[in-house]
Amino acid sequence: MSAIHYREIEGRGAGFWALAALLAGLIAAGLTAAWFMEHIGHVITGMTNQVVWGVPHVIAVFLIVAASGALNTASIASVFGKVAYKPLARLSGLLAIALLSGGLLVLVLDLGRPDRLAVAMTHYNFRSIFAWNIFLYTGFLGVTGAYLWVMMERRLNDHTRRVGTAAFLWRLILTTGTGSIFGFLVARQPYDEAIMAPMFIVMSFAFGLAILLLVLMSACKATGRPLGDAVVMRLKNLLGVFAAAVLYFLLAFHVTKLYESEFAGAEAFLLRDGGVYTFLFWGGAVFLGGVLPMLLFWLPQTRRSRAAVVWGSLSIVAGGLALVYDIIVGGQAWPLSIFPGMAVSSSFYDGVVNAYTPSLPECALGLAGCAWAAIVTLFALKLLPFMPESLADDAVEPAARIAGADATDAAA
Amino acid sequence: MNEPTDGTANAAMPEGGIDATRRRLLGAAAVVALAVAPGVSLIAAADAGHRRATAASPARRFGLLIDTTRCRRSCTACVTACSAYNGWINQGRPSDPQWIRQVEVTEPVSGLSRSVPVMCQHCAAPACVEVCPTGASFKRADGIVLVDRHLCIGCRYCMMACPYKARSFVSEDVSDQRPDVPRGKGTVEGCTLCVPRVDAGEVPACVEACSRQGGGAMTFGDLNDPQSAIRRALAAYPAVQLRADLQMDPGVRYQGL
Ligand code: SF4
Ligand code: SF4
Repeated sequence: MSAIHYREIEGRGAGFWALAALLAGLIAAGLTAAWFMEHIGHVITGMTNQVVWGVPHVIAVFLIVAASGALNTASIASVFGKVAYKPLARLSGLLAIALLSGGLLVLVLDLGRPDRLAVAMTHYNFRSIFAWNIFLYTGFLGVTGAYLWVMMERRLNDHTRRVGTAAFLWRLILTTGTGSIFGFLVARQPYDEAIMAPMFIVMSFAFGLAILLLVLMSACKATGRPLGDAVVMRLKNLLGVFAAAVLYFLLAFHVTKLYESEFAGAEAFLLRDGGVYTFLFWGGAVFLGGVLPMLLFWLPQTRRSRAAVVWGSLSIVAGGLALVYDIIVGGQAWPLSIFPGMAVSSSFYDGVVNAYTPSLPECALGLAGCAWAAIVTLFALKLLPFMPESLADDAVEPAARIAGADATDAAA
Repeated sequence: MNEPTDGTANAAMPEGGIDATRRRLLGAAAVVALAVAPGVSLIAAADAGHRRATAASPARRFGLLIDTTRCRRSCTACVTACSAYNGWINQGRPSDPQWIRQVEVTEPVSGLSRSVPVMCQHCAAPACVEVCPTGASFKRADGIVLVDRHLCIGCRYCMMACPYKARSFVSEDVSDQRPDVPRGKGTVEGCTLCVPRVDAGEVPACVEACSRQGGGAMTFGDLNDPQSAIRRALAAYPAVQLRADLQMDPGVRYQGL
């Protein structure tokens, strides 16, 4: 049906193998770290009985959230019929699978008993949102896999829209589920807000698209495939809107919380007095995640620049990590309020801001998850035709204009 | 699912630290216990050399009442007794376990200060049980909230959800364990109300220590029994639940706060 031609990347040069070796090394380091964490115990990490979730959870949640967002481009093409996005649908589905599997890898290897994965897969407490997430994640991999299949198998192309819609709905539920993990923690004042679930969805749009843009631009550059402004600028504008939406939700989230006086202490901590957490919020989530990319994308001086697109996307990734760190770690740093209105102290860190310093092993594990996502993408691109041969303007635009017609692309 | 209705699931499942023969024996007992109905598993536990336990009855709900006016400042008898009986040690590192702690609570205006022992509150609607993905966190029929050491995968979601910081994650090898108080690296633990003692008709170690060496501030008993000491004390003076607004209905109540 489509005039777009897809082809595997060559993947034979020294650069390809150097990158593959680097990623494999990072994965090996992460697995080693996980082995030590399991055998010596989590005492070698910075995570404690006060801050129980740390860097592995930050990275895992970031990757999982980004995974569902990465699928967006495909959804826009198949579900909402925007033909201009169609050439990217395969890559978008691939990234969704790669990122999710990376996040799950980190999450599982951080368990106190990763050897009991079978227990987690066979014993379900159906009241637990966490247990539901196990279904959501495995289901997402399955639905997205099926989606890729119907897109890539010509005979099944007719089903693309139906399967694509299923995948789209699934990813909405999945991100809601991920956000709800925190929304359910009513005991922790920095969370406890229903708006967290939609906020996670918007975050996923931004993180996923930023990663898609970065992968797309570097893959095209490395393989010498043309990538026209029509694609890049369109995605960039969309990304800018997503970044703005994240800012809006952050604002709404904190304004809601500031309204409720019981959260005043927690809010003052996160927004004003929290040291590293305050810095990560304003400098990371707000500036890097929102303000800077919007400036780069839309200021007259930089709006036409490819470099600005790269830097803006990187900035959104960095700001996103800062935001997730702020939510997960910052949320635990603030002490639980067991005796509201009272001053408390104890031998178990009651009433004090909890310290957390990530250790090397947990960072190595987190990095391994990212490296896993990258290596899956790298080899999938080499083995299967995910990437269009050309995304030059004249290759993309006619297809977009003729909107689904069986146009033989003159340029191709 | 898999919600044991008696204490043996917890008590008969050791998780490392004790010698291998015993572990195998108990392991076999645990397999038997898992394979047969919960009621019959009592026998397996008894075979493994345990005191014969009485099945948890849904007619009862065990709880604690703590009279903070009788809790002496700087007294840590309950904490020491719990640590000795259950075998956990806190060396002051933030990663160390702590099943019960003395919280110094001070009213900011008056400066009036109280020592308040805080442990798992054995909630009737426990957040830890609600969020636990595998069902390792469970509530016995008599209201005691426990962790099944064989189902816990160490995800720590229960610790994120508990409003009272009542649970600890075991982040290194444990040694010198008591056979009827299994602990294990990589899993989560917390106050069990000394379930082996309770099943043998005794009171928790903290309650006993408080009455012997402390101010006698703790009363243990059946909240469902109008004649029990705890119910009579609750009827005589007002008591509060910590964070009652969260509506978890803790089984531990406090007077004089
Ligand atoms: S105090 Fe915490 S650990 Fe204990 S039952 Fe309640 S929620 Fe669960
Ligand atoms: S750490 Fe163990 S008891 Fe706690 S929620 Fe996870 S599996 Fe359940």
